[in-house]
Amino acid sequence: MVLDISYSVIQVTLLSLYVSGCATFLGSAIGIPLGALIGLREFGGKGLLKTVTYTLYGFPPVISGLVIYYLFSRAGPLGSFGILFTPTAMILAETLLVIPLTTGITISSVTEVDRSIKDTIISLGANRRQSVLTVLREAWVGVVMAAMIGFGRCIAEVGAAYMVGGNIQGETQVLTTAIMMETRLGRFDYAVGLGVVLLGVAMAVFLFLRYLQEKEVL
Amino acid sequence: MTAPVSLKKVTKRFGDVTALDATDLEVNAGEVFGIVGPSGAGKSTLLRVIDLLEAADEGGISVLGKSADPASKEADQIRLQIGMVHQKPVVLNRSVANNLAYPLMIRGWDQARIQTSVDRELKRLGLEDRRGKNARTLSGGEMQRISFSRTTIFSPKLLLLDEFAANLDPANVALLEGMVREYMDEDPSRATILVTHNLFQAKRMCDKVGLMWGGRFVETTDMEKFFQAPDDERTAAFVKGDLVY
Repeated sequence: MVLDISYSVIQVTLLSLYVSGCATFLGSAIGIPLGALIGLREFGGKGLLKTVTYTLYGFPPVISGLVIYYLFSRAGPLGSFGILFTPTAMILAETLLVIPLTTGITISSVTEVDRSIKDTIISLGANRRQSVLTVLREAWVGVVMAAMIGFGRCIAEVGAAYMVGGNIQGETQVLTTAIMMETRLGRFDYAVGLGVVLLGVAMAVFLFLRYLQEKEVL
Repeated sequence: MTAPVSLKKVTKRFGDVTALDATDLEVNAGEVFGIVGPSGAGKSTLLRVIDLLEAADEGGISVLGKSADPASKEADQIRLQIGMVHQKPVVLNRSVANNLAYPLMIRGWDQARIQTSVDRELKRLGLEDRRGKNARTLSGGEMQRISFSRTTIFSPKLLLLDEFAANLDPANVALLEGMVREYMDEDPSRATILVTHNLFQAKRMCDKVGLMWGGRFVETTDMEKFFQAPDDERTAAFVKGDLVY
């Protein structure tokens, strides 16, 4: 019994890390370049776009779950992919939650890089692509912070994961949905234990990201 | 030989403010050209226009024999031959060695060549023992020396100095001025434009000097004439040290 529970906790924890990690990676891969482009270029409607992005920080997970559910349900336009109630659907739903965060925080971070630094980078001969990369590097602390906050949102998220994952034991059950289920079953000890694991995992990941933040990586 | 910098009737406005008002300027190869004048005269804007960081509203600009819109790829190519040092030291958030290597990396130099050049510069700056330190942890003088070396390490044809030695102690000023002389002595086709509030520095370093006033040059002439027998009464007052503005 103890071995079963331990195995189950490890499996659920690893799936939580996998889903949150992939969603953070995808959300950062889309949001960070997008944020850099919005932050560093001047164009009409930029203010409105920033406002929309910041508003989406509060994008409800159930809406994200609903969108993915609709798209990938059997009758939905992408139903043929058959990914509903799989970790892939959970990753996509959580990616939708991460993108506004990584985009918005990157916009703020690159905007805050001093103009004299941006001018110096261009003056030293950097082309458009090189200057964007260098400014991103100057905003490194903020960029890693964007990924950290994105990961924090994913690992703590329950609504979207439940809707499109279904909380299937051994298949799509993650720490948050497992805590919810155990609480409903009245197994509070087990739920609290999972909560401690969740916090421990989050702390370990944040410590790693903090290490990256402080290190000169390039 | 084409003048490295040639400006004809260049005007630049920021809203209602006219920073450059039909400004003319010609800087020849081998020259250190000094620009002096009161604050707000348009000196820094002029350097930004020459460095293709700002687009002029009117007039003709030729830098190193070429003209280009600052947002174009041609401007990126021209900028590869220009170096600019600002009053405030600007170092990137990376090690001293990586700051010096940055302009070489973006020019696609191979690693061995970058290493050789960086080692040479570190030795010249006396900062060999600080190569791995984050440049932002150094003193203002050291940071400005790094800014200067990072600007000349790729051997630009044109050097723009915007009050580059202001707020530094005499030892650092002497060192940086010496580095400018070395830079000019290495290649007679190079040119330097020096914006300064320090008339003694203009005397020490410049071949020609121009006084900017209200967005245009009121007088540009040889250094000796500028200080000893200027034609314009505003230049005479400025050189004399009267509080003109």
